[in-house]
Amino acid sequence: MDMISSVLRRPAAASFLSLLGVLIFYVIFGGVDLGKLAGAASWVNYAARIGIVALPVALLMISGEIDISIGAMIPAGAMTTAIIAGHYELPMILAVIAALAVGVLVGLFNGLLATRTSVPTLIITLGTLVGMQGIVLAGSKLLTGAASVPLNAPDWAKTVFGDFIFGGSHQVVIIWWIILTAVFWFLMHKSKYGNWIFAIGGDKVSAKNAGIPVDRITILLFIGTATSASFVGMCHAILFNSAQVSGGMNDIFNIIVSVVVGGVLLTGGFGSILGVFIGTITFAIVIKGIDFTAIDRNWANLIIGVMLLAAVGMNETFRKKALTAVTKKKKG
Amino acid sequence: MSANTPVIELRNVDKSFGPIDVLHEISLKVRAGEVLCLLGDNGAGKSTLIKTLAGVHAPTRGEILVDGQPTTFDGPRDAQDRGIATVHQFGGTYPLMSIGRNFFLGMEPTKGFGPFKVFDRAKANRIAVEEVQKMGITRITDGDRLVGGLSGGERQSLAIARAVYFGARVLILDEPTAALGVKQAAHVLRIVNEAKKRGLAVIFITHQVMHAMTVGDHFAVLIRGAIAADFRKGEKTREEITDLMAGGETMADLEASIEGYMETHEGHPPKVAPAE
Repeated sequence: MDMISSVLRRPAAASFLSLLGVLIFYVIFGGVDLGKLAGAASWVNYAARIGIVALPVALLMISGEIDISIGAMIPAGAMTTAIIAGHYELPMILAVIAALAVGVLVGLFNGLLATRTSVPTLIITLGTLVGMQGIVLAGSKLLTGAASVPLNAPDWAKTVFGDFIFGGSHQVVIIWWIILTAVFWFLMHKSKYGNWIFAIGGDKVSAKNAGIPVDRITILLFIGTATSASFVGMCHAILFNSAQVSGGMNDIFNIIVSVVVGGVLLTGGFGSILGVFIGTITFAIVIKGIDFTAIDRNWANLIIGVMLLAAVGMNETFRKKALTAVTKKKKG
Repeated sequence: MSANTPVIELRNVDKSFGPIDVLHEISLKVRAGEVLCLLGDNGAGKSTLIKTLAGVHAPTRGEILVDGQPTTFDGPRDAQDRGIATVHQFGGTYPLMSIGRNFFLGMEPTKGFGPFKVFDRAKANRIAVEEVQKMGITRITDGDRLVGGLSGGERQSLAIARAVYFGARVLILDEPTAALGVKQAAHVLRIVNEAKKRGLAVIFITHQVMHAMTVGDHFAVLIRGAIAADFRKGEKTREEITDLMAGGETMADLEASIEGYMETHEGHPPKVAPAE
């Protein structure tokens, strides 16, 4: 019992239970073959795509801010890559640098506005979201005359950013996702910077008074979200040899839902990387795994809605548990 | 520097925000092992004074002396590095973080090398628990417990223990007892005494005269940004201090006028217009 309650008090508990719940539901009502599901690439590819962005978004949300401009940054990264390497036929390395630079610039812009003004970051990044959508659409029409641009990626770029691995249909971004999860886990839970981010989300003024460079960290976190989004867009353009202007509205909510199911508190100060990792997998299994069940895929959104509410409810309960728990020191 | 040099001293400090004067000609000194109680009603300028002492605001005029040396603070971090620690009403603690992480926030102990420096959780928890226990809070035994599960008094104690551990010489306590019950407040007052015994200079901000009189050696009453009275322990009674804080209008006068009204109105207190 003691062990169960100490597991439940971890921020990842709710996401783990959500995953378990979804799997049980799919097995009982969808007759899913778990072995087949585990071997399938579709949901893992999808999880990697949203997971790479969900990690920095989780950090940002733990620090008490939010970034919805990621929705525009995925197509922005893809279009930048395609326009430079495809339309202008410049070296791929330039396209990669430019795509990441666009992310850094937009992140810097968001971060500076967030730290210099008192406008809520939901509004600031709503502005950049819509603004970037305009820039991407108008810019690609202006430069290429089309909203869809093909490109040919050289072998090295394919291998690193956009290839299939294990000779199957798993994408190389999965490896990026796993490496980044390890990096973010270390950053958040093992290094002192994680402590700072939790503190910023807990009480910004006190964190500042404790000497933590709150503004610099906030700006870096915004750079992280925007750059990771444009990175994902770039990988996709390289993988599919083309890029289209798209709204990316779905991505915003999918990523935020993954983070929240992963146990991150919307008001900041609480969450874990393991939770976000599991939350992303859960989300991807609901969306893509439904194809392996007998359930009509149109029901997927309902499942997500229910899962989101259930996860938030569980998080609430477990957090209360964590706050009231009086643990005994285990000795010897 | 002699033992009698104040650890921190303000000389004729003014602070204005644009055209608004918030602090006017403030002069204060606190010596090591002494508790200065700063009394004042809401809006008297207490917070601005604390922020000036803590390096958040720079004084518009006048000087701050640390160990007798004129000093300007480059910000709160700089003031902290010089040993000036502020503990706010709610402790400046993070409810969803563990005791060990709270204790070492911004000063995390690490182990390992280069980019793989790891936060040393075991060490942080051990020291945090030891230091809080030394302050007399023996109920805290597990550094992994979340601070949100502690009582208000325990949080204050954690914050004070933290400041003491990191070498604070001046402890600024901003209304530490305001939100606490009687028992919890007594706890915090004991810790203030403990800090004083260890030779810290304590600036204790409060509007509860009783609490101030329990631990204070020296008192200053702040009214509309100026020091209205400055006296030592035993020089004034509790009633006199309360009256001073209320801005001259004595409580006794107020009571007399209410009683007078009641006598002529069959024992009913004056009617107060209900709030709209």
